[in-house]
Amino acid sequence: MIPKALKSSLEQRVADAATNREAAVDIMKELQRHYGWLTDEALEEAAQLLGLSTLQVEEMATFYEMIYRRPVGRHVVHVCDSISCWTSGGETLLESLAHLLRIEPGSTTADGFITLLPCSCLGNCGEAPCMMIGEKQYGRMTPQTVSEIVTSLRKTR
Amino acid sequence: MEQILLKHTLPGQCLSFDEYRSVGGFEALAHALGNMTPAEVQQSVIDSGLRGRGGAGFPTGKKWSFVPRDLPGPRYLICNCDEMEPGTYKDRVLLERNPHLLVEGMALACYALGVQHAFIFVRHGYEQAAENLRNSIYAANVSGFLGDNILGSGFNLKLDVHQSAGRYICGEETALISALEGKRANPRVKPPFPAIKGLWGQPTVVNNVETLANIPAIITGGPLWWKSTAANPEAAGTKLFCISGHVANHDCFELPLGMTLGEIIDGPSGGMRPGSSFKACIPGGASTPYLTGMHRDVPMDFDPLAKAGSRLGTGGIIVFDQTICMVAATLNLIRFFARESCGWCTPCREGLPFVRHTLELIETGRGEAHHIDILREHVQLLNYSFCALAPGAMGPIDGLLNHFEDELREHVTARRCPFKGAHSS
Ligand SMILES: Cc1cc2nc3c(=O)[nH]c(=O)nc-3n(C[C@H](O)[C@H](O)[C@H](O)COP(=O)(O)O)c2cc1C
Ligand code: SF4
Ligand code: FES
Repeated sequence: MIPKALKSSLEQRVADAATNREAAVDIMKELQRHYGWLTDEALEEAAQLLGLSTLQVEEMATFYEMIYRRPVGRHVVHVCDSISCWTSGGETLLESLAHLLRIEPGSTTADGFITLLPCSCLGNCGEAPCMMIGEKQYGRMTPQTVSEIVTSLRKTR
Repeated sequence: MEQILLKHTLPGQCLSFDEYRSVGGFEALAHALGNMTPAEVQQSVIDSGLRGRGGAGFPTGKKWSFVPRDLPGPRYLICNCDEMEPGTYKDRVLLERNPHLLVEGMALACYALGVQHAFIFVRHGYEQAAENLRNSIYAANVSGFLGDNILGSGFNLKLDVHQSAGRYICGEETALISALEGKRANPRVKPPFPAIKGLWGQPTVVNNVETLANIPAIITGGPLWWKSTAANPEAAGTKLFCISGHVANHDCFELPLGMTLGEIIDGPSGGMRPGSSFKACIPGGASTPYLTGMHRDVPMDFDPLAKAGSRLGTGGIIVFDQTICMVAATLNLIRFFARESCGWCTPCREGLPFVRHTLELIETGRGEAHHIDILREHVQLLNYSFCALAPGAMGPIDGLLNHFEDELREHVTARRCPFKGAHSS
């Protein structure tokens, strides 16, 4: 169940939309922000808010890179593996994160705190190599800055 | 060199709404609403020679002219800020520095097209750009440049920002329309083209951010002046080039369209970084075939690049030095496209993973000579796919076969990647 305040703000978003469905991505994102990932419960809530079937929401949810239909850690670290980052040490960045977190890319730390995912171009290619944690972008990563960021991320626990 | 889009702006700073107004912002809109008919605005865009900056380079005014004005019901304009083509970050830079230019450009386009409700489709990860746009739209509404009866002209316009959740195919215009309607973002069959039957079945124009941001200058400076900001008489206007890879300066530059590749690399890009020498580059985002040293004098413009076997694309230039294995680079690109295939049609859904697999065999020393023929065959076969993603995906393969076939063959005969140690994978 989502809190009343969140529910009414989501209802408002749907009411303001050109059509109910136009608001679908925003609704999924907000519910994901609340639950951490788009749980089955969230999917049903989204369907109800949008006046759609759960299958119709699922069709969209499984399509987008940034909607998670499986559990993820509290923080999701997305590392760009596209071409500009690849020319500028993107593979090394992903390896060093995997090493620092002691997990394979695509998985979550044992304490459920951090998930590491390779991702498509972040549109920040001038600052390669790049990554994104939640919605915050980081560029020009070096082994030094990566380990500092991981350390400070762990402190938010 | 004339600056149109980045004029008055500084890196890392967003021009405020008041600053924009103090440097002539919204004067083009006021002028058009007061002194020009919608048809005259469209004619100016046609006369300017403006071609779409989103990748395909279609003449903008001509696209607008396909929109029927006599059908009942609304018409729509959608600004495409999906920008997920690897190597491309120009729209983000523009919107982080001057979102108002897009708002004014869209208002002018909507006036020309008779549109009263328009959308800006923004990719995930562009939070700052979306925020800047919402602020600019809010301020424009308060100042009477958007909303009802704009500047007393009787023209009404509502602008909405739609944020996406990440998928390259959403940038394809018909898939974008599906996404905006809140459906799975598969492309739609053309014809009917969006100009006839687009968003919610109504006539719709889809234009790139940079395309629309050029409209105010076309109105204020006049189409002929605007056209003349290019480097040569065949080209029209300026272009945002965003540079990455092995050059000294990674940045987004506004340059006259038609500057040569060599001028862009040695000039604003600051040349190759120390220790690097130029091997090849991608001229306009991940789907455009490679250029090599022999292309240094090719003007970076639509037709000259097509003649050179590539495309201007988005203007995202990615430069490779002598350390880069072109087979490995192409493998990186094809992995992106295979992952981003929307799965709707068989040639792309099945073909791209097969091409990726074939290239993987070659790169890891398990390739055979006939694998190169398979790649060549697929450059043709993937033209039978449903949308332009798959043919675009084969752009790098095409470039690889045209310019680096020797390197491919070397992988096969040596049974390993010559850029890596023996038997590595
Ligand atoms: C797979 C694919 C992705 C695309 N992505 C974008 C994009 O992110 N931004 C964009 O403006 N155009 C993109 N396009 C091109 C659009 O379909 C369309 O041609 C363009 O938005 C038209 O605007 P313009 O005429 O102003 O260039 C893409 C095309 C394809 C096939
Ligand atoms: S070519 Fe690829 S992206 Fe386009 S419709 Fe077919 S499967 Fe989808
Ligand atoms: S290629 Fe990594 S941000 Fe674009």
